[in-house]
Amino acid sequence: MSTPDHTNSRSDPRWVRITLVTAALGVVGVLIVIPLVDVFVEAFGRGFGAYWRTLTADEDTLAAIRLTMTVAPIAVVTNLIFGIAAAWAISRFRFPGRTLLTALIDLPFSVSPVVAGLIFVLIFGLQGYLGPWLRAHDWRIIFATPGLVLATTFVTFPFVARELIPVMEAIGADEEIAAVSLGASGWQLFRRVTLPNIKWGLVYGLILCNARAMGEFGAVYVVSGHITGRTDTMPLRVEKLFQEYNTPGAFAVASLLASLALVTLAVKTALEWKTRRDLAEAARLRSEGEEP
Amino acid sequence: MSITVKQVSKSFGSFRALEHVSLEVAGGSLVALLGPSGSGKTTLLRIIAGLEVPDAGTVLYQDEDVTEAAVKDRNVGFVFQHYALFRHMTVFENVAFGLRVRRWPRKRVKERVGELLRLIQLDGLAGSYPSQLSGGQRQRVALARALAPEPKVLLLDEPFGALDAKVRQDLRQWLRRLHDEIHVTSVFVTHDQEEAFEVADRVVIMNHGHVEQTGTPREIFERPANPFVMDFLGNVNVFHGHVVRGRMKVGSFEVDYPAHPHDEPRPATAFVRSHELELLAKRNGRPSLEGKVVHVSPAGPVVRARVFAADFGVVLNVDVTRDRYAELGLEVGDTVYVAARDVRVYVQDYII
Repeated sequence: MSTPDHTNSRSDPRWVRITLVTAALGVVGVLIVIPLVDVFVEAFGRGFGAYWRTLTADEDTLAAIRLTMTVAPIAVVTNLIFGIAAAWAISRFRFPGRTLLTALIDLPFSVSPVVAGLIFVLIFGLQGYLGPWLRAHDWRIIFATPGLVLATTFVTFPFVARELIPVMEAIGADEEIAAVSLGASGWQLFRRVTLPNIKWGLVYGLILCNARAMGEFGAVYVVSGHITGRTDTMPLRVEKLFQEYNTPGAFAVASLLASLALVTLAVKTALEWKTRRDLAEAARLRSEGEEP
Repeated sequence: MSITVKQVSKSFGSFRALEHVSLEVAGGSLVALLGPSGSGKTTLLRIIAGLEVPDAGTVLYQDEDVTEAAVKDRNVGFVFQHYALFRHMTVFENVAFGLRVRRWPRKRVKERVGELLRLIQLDGLAGSYPSQLSGGQRQRVALARALAPEPKVLLLDEPFGALDAKVRQDLRQWLRRLHDEIHVTSVFVTHDQEEAFEVADRVVIMNHGHVEQTGTPREIFERPANPFVMDFLGNVNVFHGHVVRGRMKVGSFEVDYPAHPHDEPRPATAFVRSHELELLAKRNGRPSLEGKVVHVSPAGPVVRARVFAADFGVVLNVDVTRDRYAELGLEVGDTVYVAARDVRVYVQDYII
């Protein structure tokens, strides 16, 4: 496969290659590298001390960081459980509605986050279907942490499942059937056989899920009600500081989110490499097993 | 422990994998389920194991009805064609798995695994991972893993199907020796008749979800119950003709068929195994067919000749001993006469 591609790219005229490479690097540089560097330059422009004070002196910023640190883990854990269950169901069973479920898992990716937020307002908001009942029982969902968790969970819903389904399909059910034939219970089977086989794919999905959960803006914006110090998450706080012309503050919080992106990227690259190797290994083991 | 399968049926969608199959496996015996692909042999094995639930019928272990029992409660050892070893566990941990999930004490696990690794002659590789082993070694580990929890029944699904010819040969002799030592009731699935005949005490021949014949390898080879079994065993020449008044006529061949003494002719099929045909340089009074040698394959313990019988327009496969081959000085293009030592005729349900 790679050899003909290679020959083709070599046979392209020199100017084509130079133009393509320059265009690609130019776009990546202008759209990605420069803005990212700029975030850090702006944040640290007046020294680390000033940066640290900007972050820690503002009670509302600290509250936003704490809120994100609460909402994101809950959303990630919820999607961890759902993701494994969905991947297991889809890759191991044939049932009516399986194709529909597979399609629905991707829905949050294709729906605008703002719409997702509005859906929750429509259901749980004061004027929503469940609003009066919730108010009667003194439960607050919209404009409170539960609403943020719901919106974030919805938006990050596909990451774990989408990552696990191909991994579990590539590995196949053989080892699990073998474990059952050896007397393993469902839980033993999962903990001793399935989990070790999918762990890297799982971590990969969780990392992406977490990055999105912490960075989510649109859906959270709609359900939060922008109550400073109460329902502002980090991305909402960045926007608010920016609107208040507090550029150093906005960039300081933005730099935290950007660092999260860099860490995610590094872990993701490492895991992608590892997952690819594991999948290749799985494919190799299978094909060897099938030789006559 | 004996296994009894009574009137088991199983369908997958519109495909009927098994139809009213019954089977007896004596305690301590080694039985082969032999048949072409799609014959239902693997489905039957999986039903015996509890990996599939039959639509109808019962499965008994000794006298206990286990039809509804879950796999994990049946205490069976199952060996998969593609090994299904746990890739992230060492050989030791693979073999120990069935013991760990049963919460055996650490010390006994160690002893039992050591014992099995010696049995499969892989005690030096306890710390290796499956990916570091050869196919034959992996299958031995899979066997040890299945045997570790001391199963009442050992079930093997095409255990040697994925191995190359030489390793396969060694491993099946080894399986036979192993079975002679441990005597666990065993059933294995294969599509290779040589494998079934060499290893098994009894062979069950299956086709289209039915059992065609059950017997010792010798019984099946010497007395195939029907045309399917005859044909499936292979190395056979097939002639189509008619029986009339107690005789089957195939060209100048005539064979007695006393079971049909009537006047009205009935279509019949005659089978002659290639080693039951004889080549003659000239006619000697016995009924024979004239033919021309079209191919000779002299490399092997017997010489295989292909002879074109112009009267029938068929090519016959004839096995000749090496001595006879030398004596005849057989060459392509020679005219020879083919005589049959043994012919089996099947008329619908009648057999001689």
